[in-house]
Amino acid sequence: MSILSCTQSLAVTGSGGSGAITVGNMLLQIAASSGLYGIMRRSVGPQIRGGESAALLRLSAQPVSGPDDRFDLLLAFDWLNADRFALEIPLDSASLIISDSAHSEIPDVILQSGARVIQIPLQQMAADISGGRVNMIGLGLLCALLELPSELSRTVIRSTLASKGEAAIEAALQSFDAGARYETSFQLPCPALQGGTTAARWNISGNEACALGALQGGVRFVAAYPITPATDLLEWLAPRIEKIGGSLLQAEDELASINMVIGASFGGVCSMTATSGPGLSLMAEGIGLAIASEIPLVVVNVTRGGPSTGIPTKSEQSDLNIALYGQHGDAPHLVLAPQNISDCIQTTRWAVQLAEILQTPAIVLSDQFLGQSRFVIPAPEPVVDSDSIARLRQIQHSASATPYQRYLINDSAISPMALPGTAGCSYTADGLEHTCTGKPSSIATDHHDQLDKRQHKLTRYAFGTQWAEVQGSGPIAILCWGSSSMAVLEAAERLQQSGQPVKVIAIRLLAPAQTAALERELQDVSQLLVVEQSHSQQFYRYLRAHYALPAQVQVYAKPGPLAITPGQICQALQALSGESI
Amino acid sequence: MNDLAKAKTYKSEVKPIWCPGCGDFAVLSALTKAFAYLDLDKKDLAVISGIGCSSRLPAYLSSYGFHGIHGRALPVAAGLKLARPELTVIASGGDGDGFSIGGNHFLHACRRNLDLTYIVMDNEVYGMTKGQASPTTKPDWVDSPLTPHGTGVRPFQPAAIALAAGASFIARGFSGDPNGMTKLIIDAIQHPGFAFIQVLSPCPTYRPEQKLWKNQVSSFPHAPTDNPLEAATRLYADDGMSSGLIFQSQYPAWQQTSAVTASIHQFEEEFIV
Ligand SMILES: Cc1ncc(C[n+]2csc(CCOP(=O)(O)OP(=O)(O)O)c2C)c(N)n1
Ligand code: SF4
Repeated sequence: MSILSCTQSLAVTGSGGSGAITVGNMLLQIAASSGLYGIMRRSVGPQIRGGESAALLRLSAQPVSGPDDRFDLLLAFDWLNADRFALEIPLDSASLIISDSAHSEIPDVILQSGARVIQIPLQQMAADISGGRVNMIGLGLLCALLELPSELSRTVIRSTLASKGEAAIEAALQSFDAGARYETSFQLPCPALQGGTTAARWNISGNEACALGALQGGVRFVAAYPITPATDLLEWLAPRIEKIGGSLLQAEDELASINMVIGASFGGVCSMTATSGPGLSLMAEGIGLAIASEIPLVVVNVTRGGPSTGIPTKSEQSDLNIALYGQHGDAPHLVLAPQNISDCIQTTRWAVQLAEILQTPAIVLSDQFLGQSRFVIPAPEPVVDSDSIARLRQIQHSASATPYQRYLINDSAISPMALPGTAGCSYTADGLEHTCTGKPSSIATDHHDQLDKRQHKLTRYAFGTQWAEVQGSGPIAILCWGSSSMAVLEAAERLQQSGQPVKVIAIRLLAPAQTAALERELQDVSQLLVVEQSHSQQFYRYLRAHYALPAQVQVYAKPGPLAITPGQICQALQALSGESI
Repeated sequence: MNDLAKAKTYKSEVKPIWCPGCGDFAVLSALTKAFAYLDLDKKDLAVISGIGCSSRLPAYLSSYGFHGIHGRALPVAAGLKLARPELTVIASGGDGDGFSIGGNHFLHACRRNLDLTYIVMDNEVYGMTKGQASPTTKPDWVDSPLTPHGTGVRPFQPAAIALAAGASFIARGFSGDPNGMTKLIIDAIQHPGFAFIQVLSPCPTYRPEQKLWKNQVSSFPHAPTDNPLEAATRLYADDGMSSGLIFQSQYPAWQQTSAVTASIHQFEEEFIV
């Protein structure tokens, strides 16, 4: 069945401390327990405490990709800084707003949507309960409206608040009941969701998924410096990696992080770091060192709005340029991007494997939307034996030739890498240009040979079909990458249903460019829409640099932090195909 | 094999690019003598450096090595040591590399107290980039066109800063005293924690006046202390030209404990709805 059959989009907002995000997380878990799929995005303000926060949910009986174009319902605990998130929660005359009558001054930015407003005395109801919580009343109200089973809700409340003590749980349950019992004279503007599933599902965030993929790929050393929105990835990893014999170190900065990772990988332990734009900028020189000295490593970059400190808490796809071109000199390396949550697991795992095989850094471009959203997804296929790490790196076990040639030029251009501790193979890894043995050299031929070698190991490797996800066929295509692929796929589905089939090509392996493979896919395409979340059309410019594109190309490039939605893509596509008529 | 012949086996075939008379030659040879004395297996030895004349050192050794980027020797060394605790890991480089561009790593390596040895060849100048002032250059040194009036800035005090940052082994050596330096390197490698040696290593090319250091360097008049206050008092009273072990304390070396107590499969189960 299609994801379009029926979905519900709900926003829960309030100032920090109001518990809006908690309600969102619980609601997602309750919906999941009752057999639904869903997604919860987070949008928070820059304040550490007390700022605005919004939990943006979309629930369905079918797997959900990204956000819809509009919201059916907004539950607002208060209106603090509502102007800051109003644009991220598009409402219309069919939408419903539930707000606390204690905050009756509804801002114009919200009212002008024409949505119907219902006022409920949430605060007053909470005051009648000892330890009563407004947000739990809201949760009760929502669960009743959504017809979610109250027993499940109680279980989720109990388990979420387990550490808060029995009194807090009791107060929360009473508040929940008060909300659930509240006599509503209105209904949800969308029908209740039918046909939940008993299929195995996971509730996971993109950051957790990338971290899991890294562990599955074999990562056992991490050095990193905290930065939003990558911190949760590291916080998930830290207590776990040490339980499987690895370690995570909080470094003094990103310069240290990347160089520690280089040192650990030189020592033979599969290693990675995670960061976001400003950290990636600081790592640029270290990544270049890993390229020159041929050290495998992975950098997961959870992109936020840039440049500079930009918008730390919100999403954008604008680190493509620095990921592709951030090094000085000719510096071939790997750049990959997951396209959805379960792909965060697979792509990060693949990135680790490719880095190990090709002895070069791999940058994984996730973003705040993927990283900090929680998704209920079909349980991924189990990795056959996730605990036994395949040794993918070509490791020299003993000296076969004297002297040992660390940077030997051979057919695959991948030379055996000796690990410290191997007799007869000692060498000095070097960021200076070098000969085959690693001896520093500024001789033109050595430079050319090693440049060729570092390029060839990437161009000669057969990446297989995983370089992209291709769906559909025909003369009209959409080309996209990373997290915006989710909205593109939904748009394609809507277009298909309205009798306008489009082909979708979502690129996973951005570097090295798979020119022949993409051009094969574009052979029969005459009209192309390029979709990306950046201001300067970074993806389009990259495409122009590496691939021959059809004559008629339109670009839908929109900077963050607003999500790219399926409706916008449909419109852009109609504009493109309309032009040709 | 006699000691000298054994020490030689730790040298590689690569010919140093250093100028004749450069103090770094003596550091290289003291290192190999220390390795020979400790009978270290060169396959289990790794020397890590940044960028600078002094940072060229790993290539001249027959052990494993990493010649990384400017200022980052310590993090590479830390990563390697954490990944492979059984290896003997030594970081080395110049005063610009360690105290200017890499200064932050120096502070944190001191406090982290990993079991590493860090040897800084201090020539109070940037040799590799042809003679600019470094953090340890005196404020009135006017021979660099980049700072025609001198830096006008008080010099960085490596030993005192290492002490304040929590280093557990602090020594000063002099390349004109190869035996003393060898002894310090042996002690540093044997020290179970972060061992820092500032080696006064003249640059005859850009600081010819440093040829006089041999008349100015003398031994510290005291035995090493494990009392940081005492060490600080001595360091502040010193003109920076005394050599020897200054401070040694048995702070516990930082280690990560990681025993396998779970499986990835268990982590996956946490996500099941
Ligand atoms: C990021 C970066 N900035 C600047 C340089 C240029 N550079 C190379 S070596 C050096 C200073 C070396 O001085 P020091 O570390 O004291 O070593 P010495 O050459 O004196 O042994 C500088 C500034 C560089 N290689 N990388
Ligand atoms: S420039 Fe100075 S530090 Fe560099 S090799 Fe020559 S003498 Fe040694």
